[in-house]
Amino acid sequence: MAPYDYAPIEYVTPPELSGGTPKEAPVLIVGAGPIGLAAAVDLALSGVATVLVDDNNVVSVGSRAICWAKRSLEILDRLGVADRMLAKGVTWKLGRIYRRAREIYQFDLLPEEGHKFPAFINLQQYYMEQYLIERCRDFPGLIDLRFKNRLVGLSQDETGVTAELETEDGRYQLKAAYLLACDGARSLIRQQLGLEFGGTVFEERFLIADVVMDADFPSERWFWFNPDFHPGQSALLHKQPDNIYRIDLQLGPDADAEAERQPEKVIPRIEKIVGERPFKLDWVSVYSFQCRRLEKFVHDRVIFAGDSAHIVSPFGARGGNGGLHDVDNLCWKLAAIVKQEAGPDLLASYDEERIHGADENIRNSSWSTRFMSPEPGAETWFRDATLDLAERFGFARRLVNPGRLSVPCSLSDSALNSADQSGLATPMVPGSPCADAPIASPQGAEGWLLNQLGGRFVLLSLGQAWPGALPAGVEPLLIGEGGWQDTGGFVAARYGNGHYLIRPDQHIAARWQEADADALRAALQKAGIRQTEMV
Amino acid sequence: MALNTEFNFSEQPDQLYNDLIALHEGLDEAQSAALNARLILLLMNQIGDAQTIRAAFAAARQPS
Repeated sequence: MAPYDYAPIEYVTPPELSGGTPKEAPVLIVGAGPIGLAAAVDLALSGVATVLVDDNNVVSVGSRAICWAKRSLEILDRLGVADRMLAKGVTWKLGRIYRRAREIYQFDLLPEEGHKFPAFINLQQYYMEQYLIERCRDFPGLIDLRFKNRLVGLSQDETGVTAELETEDGRYQLKAAYLLACDGARSLIRQQLGLEFGGTVFEERFLIADVVMDADFPSERWFWFNPDFHPGQSALLHKQPDNIYRIDLQLGPDADAEAERQPEKVIPRIEKIVGERPFKLDWVSVYSFQCRRLEKFVHDRVIFAGDSAHIVSPFGARGGNGGLHDVDNLCWKLAAIVKQEAGPDLLASYDEERIHGADENIRNSSWSTRFMSPEPGAETWFRDATLDLAERFGFARRLVNPGRLSVPCSLSDSALNSADQSGLATPMVPGSPCADAPIASPQGAEGWLLNQLGGRFVLLSLGQAWPGALPAGVEPLLIGEGGWQDTGGFVAARYGNGHYLIRPDQHIAARWQEADADALRAALQKAGIRQTEMV
Repeated sequence: MALNTEFNFSEQPDQLYNDLIALHEGLDEAQSAALNARLILLLMNQIGDAQTIRAAFAAARQPS
């Protein structure tokens, strides 16, 4: 397998500098990483034009984010790249936890049938970015990709943002109603706005090595506490496509980052793990990590998403996945505002909902980090006691924390939800992301529930159609006689009966057992969508 | 469930208290600390109720 080629993406002189018509797009996105690219596609699907600028002209170098969770795949399916990612990626769901050479327990992330996507796939970030760039090219009239265009200045007033951009042909200005700052953990926009990025820095250093080798390790996540090949520390092995294995080794707080990333240091460490197998180093990085977030993500016309807004430790795969949750949450709101279907105050709910999500991710990844690298004293006593007991007793296995992997974020406290007075006992309460289920079209074609939701408000009716007309901006979806079929009974088991109002990001806004036109209009209003008065 | 601060052993106190002391016999400080940590985790799980456990945390944090 040839190594990834990192083909440079063509730079084109922007029209502002080549005598063409200056671009006027409602949204300027800064940063063509997974988050910026996903946002451009999501906005394009809502018909909103964007200019996407990046100071570089190549996809991310090194595998970086590799674990994509089921909910992320569902979001990416809505954006149209999940099938490619699934085809290329390594599907896994089983994790094994070892202490020294003994397996102390294993976990199965998705023991449930009836979902289109698996619990996780591993796929290098560069593939994901490549697929998203190619997907952006499907919207030539809506997405204007500008590589080697670097943001050097920024101002905003009540009408929008003016960005100063620099290229090899000179500088130019671009105006937009909103700017999405998707410029990553070291966000320059965050610095330019002088925003505090508060949180915790962990001292522990880790080595990441991507190793190319012919090996038949199964598609599982292996985690070691104190392995014989790396005494006193933790280690993680993950499989990626193209015979690349991610090896993550804890190095302790005093490791010398520069020395540790040299091949003569790395290679003997890897040899101890993989034995006699020949291998090549594909990418090496030494890092320590931080958990930080902005106090708020919306700063008038500048909106932060992904690592520019919040960063977590990598254990739990909550960085890239958390960023995709941001995109999913933000883009329908921004599109509704740009199209004047909602007022600008709807953005407050992005802050509210995604700060809740970011805090959940920070909390989980901080807990994992402490468990993996406990301070001397009581923290170490309890960590080791937990591992001791886990070898013998089931309860203690639940306490072992080698990373709590990203799960869908529930928004059950969101101000956009309508109170649940349905009496329905299923877990699909307002704020929940919709669970998937296999369904078949009225003509009998097999499909998935989530593919029929999202991108607009949907009124999902189970068993009986909604009587009467729906308000503008809501599309009906009937599962039951005369509509789609619940082929495996999964819809009934997961949702029960009644009617669900589902947001464009596939989260439930409201549910009822009995149709009530006034309640539906009120729920839409609550979810931020303007309702014209009945006459 | 509130934290029960009345005497609650199922038998007279002295034997069980001395069993606890004897449990640590022959252990150095690090081994004792490890034993205590295992014991606390086992007892926490036995109690189960988070409110009760947190009430015990708070009571234990006050030295006197």
